[in-house]
Amino acid sequence: MSRSLRYILPLLAFLVLAGFLARGLNLDPREVPSPLIGKPAPGFALTRLDDAAQTIRREDMLGKVWVLNVWASWCVACREEHPMLVEFAKRKLVPLYGLNYKDKRPEGLGWLQQFGNPYSASLFDEDGRVGIDFGVYGVPETFIIDKQGLIRLKHIGPLTPDVIRERIEPMLKKLDA
Amino acid sequence: MSAEVGHFALWLALGIALVLSIVPMLGAARHRADWMAIARPAAALQFAFVAFAFGCLVTAFVNNDFSVLYVASNSNTSLPTHYRVAAVWGGHEGSMLLWLLMLTGWAFAVARFSKHLPLPVLARILSVMGMLSVGFLLFLLLTSNPFDRLANPPLDGRDLNPLLQDPGMVFHPPMLYMGYVGLSVAFSFSVAALIGGNLDGIWARWTRPWTTVAWIFLTIGIAMGSGWAYYELGWGGWWFWDPVENASFMPWLVATALIHSLAVTEKRGSFKSWTVLLAILAFSLSLLGTFLVRSGVLSSVHAFATDPRRGLFILAFLVFVIGSSLALYAWRAPTVGLGARFEWVSRETFLLVNNVLLMAACGAVLLGTLYPLLLDALGMGKISVGPPYFDTVFVPLMAPLVFLIGVGPLARWKAAELPALAKRLRWALLVAIVAALLTAWLRGHLSVVSVLGLAMAFWVVAALLTDLADRLKPSGVVRTSVLSRARQIPRAMIGMMIAHFGIAVFIFGVTLVKSGEVERDVKMDVGDTTEVRGYTFTFRGVQPLQGPNYRAAQGTVEVTRDGKAVTTLHPEKRVFPVAGTTMTEAAIDPGFTRDLYVSLGEPLTGNTWIVRVYVKPFVGWIWGGCLLMAFGGFLAATDRRYRSKVRESAAADAKVAAT
Amino acid sequence: MRSLLISLLAILWFASAALANEAAPAAADPALEARMTRITAELRCLVCQNQTIADSNADLAQDLRRQVREMLARGDDDAKIIQYMTDRYGDFVLYRPPMKATTLLLWFGPGLMVVLGLLALAVVMRRRARAAATQFEPDDPALFTDPHQS
Repeated sequence: MSRSLRYILPLLAFLVLAGFLARGLNLDPREVPSPLIGKPAPGFALTRLDDAAQTIRREDMLGKVWVLNVWASWCVACREEHPMLVEFAKRKLVPLYGLNYKDKRPEGLGWLQQFGNPYSASLFDEDGRVGIDFGVYGVPETFIIDKQGLIRLKHIGPLTPDVIRERIEPMLKKLDA
Repeated sequence: MSAEVGHFALWLALGIALVLSIVPMLGAARHRADWMAIARPAAALQFAFVAFAFGCLVTAFVNNDFSVLYVASNSNTSLPTHYRVAAVWGGHEGSMLLWLLMLTGWAFAVARFSKHLPLPVLARILSVMGMLSVGFLLFLLLTSNPFDRLANPPLDGRDLNPLLQDPGMVFHPPMLYMGYVGLSVAFSFSVAALIGGNLDGIWARWTRPWTTVAWIFLTIGIAMGSGWAYYELGWGGWWFWDPVENASFMPWLVATALIHSLAVTEKRGSFKSWTVLLAILAFSLSLLGTFLVRSGVLSSVHAFATDPRRGLFILAFLVFVIGSSLALYAWRAPTVGLGARFEWVSRETFLLVNNVLLMAACGAVLLGTLYPLLLDALGMGKISVGPPYFDTVFVPLMAPLVFLIGVGPLARWKAAELPALAKRLRWALLVAIVAALLTAWLRGHLSVVSVLGLAMAFWVVAALLTDLADRLKPSGVVRTSVLSRARQIPRAMIGMMIAHFGIAVFIFGVTLVKSGEVERDVKMDVGDTTEVRGYTFTFRGVQPLQGPNYRAAQGTVEVTRDGKAVTTLHPEKRVFPVAGTTMTEAAIDPGFTRDLYVSLGEPLTGNTWIVRVYVKPFVGWIWGGCLLMAFGGFLAATDRRYRSKVRESAAADAKVAAT
Repeated sequence: MRSLLISLLAILWFASAALANEAAPAAADPALEARMTRITAELRCLVCQNQTIADSNADLAQDLRRQVREMLARGDDDAKIIQYMTDRYGDFVLYRPPMKATTLLLWFGPGLMVVLGLLALAVVMRRRARAAATQFEPDDPALFTDPHQS
């Protein structure tokens, strides 16, 4: 390497680093991407939130595309997205199920009464084990599961009209809901 | 009122900083003594205004002026006064003002203690520091103004984060910032020398004490942070390789390499361009650290609340400062001379290998800290890099370095003979290995890791004593006493020995704690006991306690050994109503050879609690070693040759007049 | 009568001392607990700002600790527990980055830096060795009269 050329190396290395740092400003260091995309949804058998006698299993959900929304009565951000969900459910694009995560039956039911119930049914996951199997780490989260029972999409955080338009609907179209 | 005055003072400071950046630098280029003479008073004035602004902010906190947004976010009427002062640097805006205070303070110190520097050199140095002030002042005034008012002031503030309500908060950030910002002096000396073309041994001699003092503050700051984590966080850890910790450690590693490289440059005039590069890198890492902590790019317990606009500003500032100084380096460094000659085996080479290892260590920490960002930015997935990685990678780098600490000081400048060195040190090596094996066996943990760590510590001490013995041996024809020979040893050399001894103490502490600490988690009812390493811990129950701004459950644990009372410990679980958080406050009985550490876990039924009991052998030596290092640095920085101001001036003036 | 009273007091005193029990360990099985500590110290709490699930009090951390404990009690080995976590949360949950193609640079980088650094030093030393004596500064005589060359 020429004598003068090697002195420019520190500057070049720094500029590359700065490029990465600039890119990093637009990334969220704490967002956890899901390793379950394209893999079968985990097995579950949970009672309905509104009827402890009825159980819904993963097998019951095969053959159709459906959306699973993880929510809880103690979750503040869920309140933000809830009106969006109610609107979305009215359009009847796809069956919408809720996963009531680490909640209590009375609180969960009361919350739905107060803010509206867009779900065909809510699964009651009291101890959060099913949530862990789905890789849930924060609430709310939303999954799209296809006819073969594979998870095709995971959205972390509250749903917004933009997200519904740009991510959810195209995926539903692709899966031929 | 005081907030507006403080705010105005910062704008004034900006004006002065602009003048300081431009006029003396031009004056040096055009040989205008009157322009260069502005540098000293401008540096003093900019410091005065920033200090005044800082005083205004402190006043606002002490007087509970919640109409100032920053005060309302970080303080509370029930916060004790000394924590109200510490809360000034508890958040982003105030800590930036503290940074600025330090920066202008260091510039003032350089202006004050620089009678031996030729005026053009000083003018350039202060101008560079002025440019740095301009950048930080703009950042503060445009994106992070601590004096913003609230339209509707609340009756009471949000309170300082309970974790920060601690004496550590009073001292740790100021010490750390003194170190971070102090590296800007070496940086400015280097940039000024690149511009002025006066890179030589004399330049190195000027730069050395400033660098050493900054290094001392950084050492103490990091040690304090570690000690604070140890007693504050409730599970006895003292280093987590958290991104913010790494952000402080990287400049320290480079600064350590720098003080050794400066030794080569000062003594032999060699490797000047490498030393200059190190000085630029050290401060660059300080700036990088500032960016990492405030930009939201990395996830950390220490991170300040983030704002992408601020992150972008700091990044732009970073690119400008580091980019232009590295560009200057690329342009001017090739013209710098080779210095004096030295052989493949010589003290110079050992010091340079020391540099390679320290820089590789810094590189490893940088790599580990930024790798998750790297992969994420390239879309290659998301990973975490934590203590398992750093512990695995760091220790193998340190082992050869510690070996060199023993060898380097005994090697001669220019040319050393390996066989002679080996002969002098063979007993030291033998003693080290035997002492390590013996200690590990006596303490009951004879393992590879433990013996290696102990051997490293004993090796440094043994080699040090070998060096000392050689120096105290009579030499030459004239008969002198041991005492007079001892007094002949330069203070800087004593400082070096003590600093290296500090490293040995540090390694000794780390090794014994890691190999020998015992943790016991037990369920304790009133009157229950547990025995750990000869100490008997008796639980006497938990009482409620009211603190100034918290409610606590205070436990009482009596400790005895061989039937004799040792101490009574009071671990607490504190609830802070305003912030709504719970904190575990461990109770520690510090000792020279061990710490007894007790913390409360969860309450069970009745009077039973889960109690965690630790006996940590020699853990205090970790921070004791750091303090010794700092003390050694202090001795080195106050060596006689830095205090003789007159000698250099005439020769230096003549030299610079020729540039 | 008095001696009876004293005896009674003595018995009560000894009895109360005996009632002060040796505290039971918080965990049922210390060996399992040691594994628990080691494993949870390497798993990341996903809702925290850079803490392990061993250190965090967050709900998710407690849930995951419970999960690890159950798996340990079931007799699962460390690899199985790690696999369980990464199946659900990806490599992000591990504080010890797995050795993959994407992490080769991470794990071998430091060693590489040492090698490259020493190589660079050697190259520079060789270049200096070949340079003419006139390109170097003269030695400072003061340094070489001092027997210890401080």
